[in-house]
This record gives sequence, C-alpha cells and structure tokens, in this order.
Amino acid sequence: MNQFVYLTFDGLSRGAVYAAFALALVLIWRAARIVNFAQGAMAVAAVYVAYSVTSATGSYWLGFVAALVAGLALGVIVERVVMRFVDHSSPLNGVVVALGLVLVIQGVLGIVYGSEFHPVETPFSRDAFEIGGIALLSRYDLFVFAAVGAVVASLTLLFTRTPIGLRMRAAAFAPDVSRLLGVSVGGMLTLGWALASAVGSLAGMLVVPTELGLHPTAMDVVFISAFTAAVVGGLDSPIGAVTGGLIVGLLLSYVSGYVEPTVAPMAVLLLLVVVLLGKPGGLFSSSKARVA
Amino acid sequence: MKRTATTFVAAMVLLAAGCSSDGGGGGSTSGADVPGVTDTEVVVGTHHPLTGPAAAGYASISPATKAYFDFVNANGGVHGRKITYKVKDDGYNPATTQQVVRELVLQDKVFAVINGLGTPTHTGVLDFLKTNRVPDLFVASGSRSWNQPDKYPGTFGFNPDYTVEGKILGTYVKDNLAGKKVCFLGQDDDFGRDSLLGLEKVVGAVAAKGTYVTSNPNVGPQFGQFKAAGCEVVVLATIPGFTALSIGTAAKIAFKPQFVVSNVGADPTTVGKALGAAAPLMEGLVAANYLPLSTDEANPWISLFKKVNTEYNNGAEFDNNVVYGMSVAYLFVQSLQAAGKDLTRDGIVEAVKKNGFGGPGLVPLRFSATDHAGYGGTQLTKVEGGKAVFFGTAYTTDDAEGAVAPHTAQVVTPPSNGVPAA
Amino acid sequence: MTDMKTKASASPVPTKVAQERRSMRRLAPIAAVLAGGVVILILSYTLEPFRNYQLATVGAYFCVTAGLTVLTGLNGQLSLGHGALMATGAYSFALAQNKWLSLPLSFVVAIAVTTLAGAVIGLAAARLRGPYLAGLTLAVAIVVPSVTSTFDETFNSDQGLSVVLDPPPGTIPMERWQAWLAWTGALLTVLLLAFLVRGAFGRRLRAVRDDETAAKLAGVNIARTQVLAFVVSAVCAGLSGALFAVLAQSVSPGAFPLTLSLFLVMAIVIGGLGSLFGALLGAILLVALPTFAQSVAEQTGSHRLEGNLALVVFGVVLIVVMLAAPGGLASIRFTFIRRFRRER
Repeated sequence: MNQFVYLTFDGLSRGAVYAAFALALVLIWRAARIVNFAQGAMAVAAVYVAYSVTSATGSYWLGFVAALVAGLALGVIVERVVMRFVDHSSPLNGVVVALGLVLVIQGVLGIVYGSEFHPVETPFSRDAFEIGGIALLSRYDLFVFAAVGAVVASLTLLFTRTPIGLRMRAAAFAPDVSRLLGVSVGGMLTLGWALASAVGSLAGMLVVPTELGLHPTAMDVVFISAFTAAVVGGLDSPIGAVTGGLIVGLLLSYVSGYVEPTVAPMAVLLLLVVVLLGKPGGLFSSSKARVA
Repeated sequence: MKRTATTFVAAMVLLAAGCSSDGGGGGSTSGADVPGVTDTEVVVGTHHPLTGPAAAGYASISPATKAYFDFVNANGGVHGRKITYKVKDDGYNPATTQQVVRELVLQDKVFAVINGLGTPTHTGVLDFLKTNRVPDLFVASGSRSWNQPDKYPGTFGFNPDYTVEGKILGTYVKDNLAGKKVCFLGQDDDFGRDSLLGLEKVVGAVAAKGTYVTSNPNVGPQFGQFKAAGCEVVVLATIPGFTALSIGTAAKIAFKPQFVVSNVGADPTTVGKALGAAAPLMEGLVAANYLPLSTDEANPWISLFKKVNTEYNNGAEFDNNVVYGMSVAYLFVQSLQAAGKDLTRDGIVEAVKKNGFGGPGLVPLRFSATDHAGYGGTQLTKVEGGKAVFFGTAYTTDDAEGAVAPHTAQVVTPPSNGVPAA
Repeated sequence: MTDMKTKASASPVPTKVAQERRSMRRLAPIAAVLAGGVVILILSYTLEPFRNYQLATVGAYFCVTAGLTVLTGLNGQLSLGHGALMATGAYSFALAQNKWLSLPLSFVVAIAVTTLAGAVIGLAAARLRGPYLAGLTLAVAIVVPSVTSTFDETFNSDQGLSVVLDPPPGTIPMERWQAWLAWTGALLTVLLLAFLVRGAFGRRLRAVRDDETAAKLAGVNIARTQVLAFVVSAVCAGLSGALFAVLAQSVSPGAFPLTLSLFLVMAIVIGGLGSLFGALLGAILLVALPTFAQSVAEQTGSHRLEGNLALVVFGVVLIVVMLAAPGGLASIRFTFIRRFRRER
C-alpha cells in the first residue's frame, strides 16, 4: 500500500511532464501536420540556455524565463529557416529534416558545453512531505503540477476564447479559406511552432532536474514517452495528450516499481504498439482518425 | 548500365586513394624493430571516453596523464626517449573502441596501450591486443578480466579489483555497523556483480539488492524497495552520476541510510557537482581509496602532482581523477625505467611482472608472474565538511577467500626531482 | 544500377533490341558485383591493415544501407529502428558463435532470427504510415538496452558479450579476412537486392509507395508487399549486425545506439533514397566522415569537437540535401551525367 501510494504520486509527477511535452507535439501536429522529432533536442537547447543564465546570474527564475524565451525563439527559427521549405508531398520529408535538426542541435550543444552532465537546480525542495510515514509529494512535484496546469489552462483559453487562437485554428484546418479571409496563415504557423517549442522547453526545464542532469541527449528517452503519450491520446487532442501523459507516467512508475526498472521502456513500446494497432486515432479521437 | 559498374569501380578507387593518401606516415621507425620506439621517442596510446554520457569525471584523466609525461619529457625523458601519448575518444562505445584501438596499433604503431578505460570497452580489444603482441598495461577498471596471465599474458590491471574492494567495504560494515540491515545497489555488469560478490563474502547475504543500467536514469523504484525493506546501510557500486542520483533519490523519499560507496563512484568533487545544491547530503558517506586524496595538502605526492598540474595541465581543476591520471603515468615511467635502455615489448612486460614499484599508492601492487591485478587493497574514507578524509588503516586482501588484513602503509616519498629513477 | 526512370520506356523499341536490353539489364548487376569483388580483392591486398579494417566496416554498413534504401526509398516506409535490427543480428550471431563456433551456421542463425523479428515489426509497420511508423520504430531502437539488461543472464546487460572467433584460415591477416567476409556479405546482398528491385517485386514496391489505391486496383496486395519489403530489409540489417559482431569481436547495446539508426537514415538520404549506389556512398560517408571529424578535432586540439563535429556535419548535410536535392547525391551525379550525354 505504502509503495503503491508512493509509485502513484511519482508516476503522476512524471506523467505531468510527459503531458506538457506531448502537448507540444500536439500543438505542432495541429498546426502543421508534422510530428516534430526535434522537439526533445530543441527543449534541451533551451534548458542549456537556462543553465547558462542561471550560472551567470545565480537566479533560477531568470534562467526559467530565459528558457521559455529561447524556446519561443528556437521555434520561430526552426519554422522560418528550415521547416517552411520542406517539401510536404511525402510525410517522410518532415521527419527526416527533424532528425537532421536533432543531430545538429546535439552536436552544437556538445561542442559549446561539452558532453559531461551538468547538474540543474530545482527552485523548490525535492524532499517529499511525509504523512504517516508515507512519502507523498515534494514541493517540486507541486510546482510541476502547477506549471503544467497553468500551461493547459492558458492554451485552452488562447484557443477557445481569443481571436488569435481562432485564427490559428482556422489557418491550420482551412488554410485557403483563412487566407481569403485575411488571416496570415504563415504567421499563424510560425506562432504555432513558437508556442509549441516554448511548451516543450518548459517540459524540459521540469524534467531535466529529476534525472541525471543536463546532457545533449537528455531528452531522447523522454521524447519516446511523450510521443507515446501523444499517440495514446490522439495526436489531434490536447486533452488526450494530457491524459496520455499521465497514463504513460503511471505505467512507467508501476512497471518500474513492481516488475523491474529495466522493463519500463519495453512497457512503453508495448503500449505504443497496442494503441497504434488497436485504436490508431488514439483513445480520444473525436471522430474517425485522420490519415497522416 | 555499364556506367554503374564503372562508377562503382571509380568510387572504390577513389576510396582507396582517399585511404592511402593520409595513411602514409606510419611505416618505418628508424632502424629499430620495436613498433613505436626510436632512440628519442616512445609512442603509447589509450582509449578514454572524452564525449558522451560516460565522459563525466573520466575526461579529465588522460590530460593529467599526458601532463605528467610532458613533465618527464621536459626533464629529459626516460633513457633519452620522450613519451608521446595518443589519446583516442571512444565515447564508452565498444564498437568505437575497436576502431580506435586498431588505429592506435595498426596505423599509429604504438608501443603499448596504457590505461584503456572501461570494462565493456576494453574487454572487446583484449584478443586483438594479444594477437598483435601489444603490451596492455594498467587498464582503468577493476574487472577481474585483466587478471588472466595464462590467457592474456600482456594485460595488467591498475584499480583494485571490485571483489577486493567489496570485501574491504564489507569489513567496515561488519565491524562498525554490526547488526544493521545491509542493502546493495550495483551497476548491472562485472562492476556490480564482483562488488556484491566481495561484499557478501564478508557480511553474508544482503537484505535487499538492486541493479541499474546507465541508460535508465531513475533509481526511485530501487530505493522505494530499500526503504520498504528497512535497509539501514546501502552499499553502492555505482558510477559518480548514479551515486549522486541515489543520494538525491533517498533524500527525496525521506530515507536516510548510511551510504558506503565504491571508489569508482565516490570522488566528492564529481559527485558533489552532480548533486549541485544538495551536495551537503554527501556528509558522512563512507568510501575507499588507494591513492592520496586530492584535498590532502600535506601529502608530498599531492604537492608534486599539483605542481605538474599547474605547469603542464593548464591548472585544470585538481580532483581525484587528476591524481589518478598522474599516478598511472608515474607507474608507466617506472616501468619504462625498469625495462632498461633496450626497450622491447617483452622487456616491459617482464619489468611489470617483476614489480617492486613504490609510488603514490597506499598499498602494494599485486603484479607477479601469476597475478596481473592492480592495487591489492584500499583504505576507507569518510566525507567530513565536504571533503573526503582517510580514517583507520589500509587493508589488503585477494579476490578469493583470503582474509582482509590491515596493511601498515610503508611511506614512499616522491623523488626530489619528481621523476622516478632507473 | 538503380535508374528507376527507365522502367516503362522500353515499349516502342523493336523487340529484338528490347530483349537484348532486358538481358543486359539482367547482367548489369552481376557485372557490377563481379567488378566490385575484383576491386575489393585488389584493395584488400594493397591497403594497410587499418585501412582494410575500415574497408570491412564500409562493407558491413553497405549491407544495412542497401536494405534500408530499398525499404524507405522504394517502398516509402521510414524505419528508425534498423539499429535495433542490427543488434538482433549481432546478438544472435554472438550467441550462436559462442555456442557452436561455426561461422556459416552463426550467419544463418543471425539471418533467421532477424527474418522473424523483421516479420513481426513489419506486420505492425504495414498498418502504420509516416510519423506513426517512424515513432514506433524509434521506440524499437530505444528498447535495445532495456532488453539486454532485463534478460541479462543471456545478453549480459550493458557489458555485452564477447564473440569467440577462430583465427583466419592459413596466414591471412585478420583485417584482410574481415574485409573479405564483410564484402562477400555486402556484394551478395546487393546482387540479391538488385534482382529483387528489377523484377515484379520492385514494381510492386514502387506502386505501393506512389499510390496505394492505384496499386490495390491493379491487384497488388499492399500489406503483403510492405511486410515483405520490411523482412528483406531486416535481413540485410541482421547480416550487417552479424558482420559488425565479427569486426568488433564483441556485441553490446552501446554499439547500437539511437544515433546509429539516425545515421543510417542520413546515409541513405544523402546517398539518394532508393539508389543502391547511393547506399554505397552513404556507407563510405559513415566511415569517412567521423574519421575526418576526428582528425580535424585532433588538429585543433579540442576534444569537444571530436564526435560532435561529425554530428553537426551529418545533420547540416542531411537538412540541406533534404531541402535542396531530395534525390540525394546520387541524383545529382545522375542528372549531371545525363545532361552531359544529352549534350553530346
């Protein structure tokens, strides 16, 4: 029981991060019909920026803001300089270009920062509160939940309650009509990338301190989990992404705790296979699944 | 379609041309038959992880070794020969190790491979080095694989083997933490397995044990299990990153056992860096070492190595990895001196077997005709005020049933000019 | 070898010429492979041992890039999991070799096991498209270390297994022997693929890639074609993995990291998707570029460049090729030659 409670909270806290990351994937998918395989590397780059800023100023929060800004900027650059020119006649092309970006980003980070692990500070203690001898949540876990919750809430507001959100949705689903109506479709696309990249950076900021530390390949495995989360929830559905993230987090935690930690990646693969073959549109596909 | 064939041939010729153009330099060494040795130079090489996840902490070893060689070279070298040290990055990837060691032996024609780092990486090149009769000295790992004189006559270890260390850590636990519940977390390879073997030889079966792999940076479940099992002592056979992760994870779930850690993962500078602000959690951590500690200002070896570090290593951060790298270099220079003026590959292997090296180590090296393991024991350390300090006495033992015996360290001071005499 | 555009252009030519052309088409791969074999033989005697070892590595890479380029270029399935299939071949080879110590038998075992693995992944892959397939195969690539450490009794976790090899027959140096083995595998693979690609199977592959509905109307069994393509390409990867086990005399998960799978994709894209010649170029690049980056790093004395510089170069080239010349280096060469001929 004791362990079950611990594993559940641990899984939810990891799951929240996967949810944020999956959300970033969903944002780009909705805007551009591309699964951004470079999302992990872009997020790591933003965390490195935060690391530099925090080391220079001593302030975690300055670094935190810097990471989000760097995420926005990186999203704009990637979309304007690279992704815009990808030939979309085959869905392979976008994937391959993203993989190229992964190599470039990881290589550049390795050259600039070296390949050793850099420890990353957390703004709050990671020591768990204990209730009746059961370790529950740490202050940091609460911060993770709050941050992810805030992102979900503001994205929902943005897309459903603001004119810019409406324009972004319109540009994604009916680009030609939108253009006729005077929406800057290209601009909306760039904005979508920037937002997604910033959300990804936030996820990176949240997850890196809980692992070995900052390293150019720190997000590779996280990316797989997040991709699984996004697929489980359906690439089109933000709510699905959040739920998918929590499901994957819990699955990883239970399998690690009750079976063996080394089995966890296999469990993720299995979940991915089952969902892809059983319900390719994801558990939350509203209507018939879209074909890529 | 014929053009396909022609272009194919053309491509291969191009490949061949590209290959041979920059491969020309390696051929002849002025008269001498011994690869890598001339009257004025001896070329040796190594493989270390300089990039990649395993580079943490280890990347600073080879520059330190090189710095000490440069220091010796500036003082006239060994028997009139300057030492050239070629360091290749293998990223801790066994496939790359294969590639770079072949490059060292077949192309750069090194005389010997010194201090190749890592169990999985170096295991793969043992046969290749044996076939090419290349001395394979002072491997940077405590696996017992290096100690197979019949199978690999040219291979020698450096670190105390993990079983020896496990027995000594176990002795500490048995003597000082008697009656407490002991648990074990180890890397899922020779390192963890041999360590556990040594530990259990002394303390009996542990209450709970876990393993980790470096590709999965989450030890939460293992520590959840330890806490549930009521462990009071946790022995770690972990690399520095995972030592930090273990300490951090335990704190996170309000679990406060006594940590006892293998030398491999106990350098306080490296672990402290990985822990960041949580570094004070290391306080009281028990570990072991067999070389002087970098923070021990009074030790004459440390002052020598510090001096070399300032002058020849651009004043790199002085931690236990630097001490390690220079100790390896010192031992190799001693071996070269002992092998004499007419340097041959067989000659240096014989010299190492003869042993009798006194150096910075706290315990003797085990080298003999029948034993190719490195240092024969360790002394315990404890972290106090953020620094590791030695306590008690050094112990020596073997990897079998031999007793763990206290060793009264014979104090060896470095030669006045810092270079071992012939 | 791979000029796909000649496929339907033979109809207006008189039959005799057509027949002649057809038999030429049949013979061309044999001629190319024979010529390649001769070149390799000569090279293996003239190169120094280390270059021979690199030559062998190119051969081993060529097996997997050739198979992957058929799958991705001709059938449109992108696999990021070929590193894992190589690992499957390598581990099966190592286990068989350490048990029975028979080189031919071990190769057969490696191929048999990867056929099976390829069929399983292929069955799943046949139902997936584009990014979904890429994500699934990426997960397969990530799972290798997890498998080797969960079943550590068999695979010995991160440390891996060493591979027992008999010394080469006679007085042949080890490196020359390795080059022969690797290139025997590579040339046989290419010969087989060249025939497959030219035949009805190749037409079905391309039909499925270009338009699934049209292919279905023409009576092509889509799923079967895709699974078969995956199996063929998996077998090539398995053979390549086995050859790497021979080259490294050890297998471990570290030898098959995610970057390997990405590098393979890069190699076939740069070489030119669907082109066997491009696969050769890619294989050469996979060996030459890291070596080049390493020597640059050594000259500048910065070991941060080492390893990382190769990543950047690979990545930039990949993006530029994808944006500017999606046909890859091979297409640039062919268009150049074609233009040249036309002008003549």
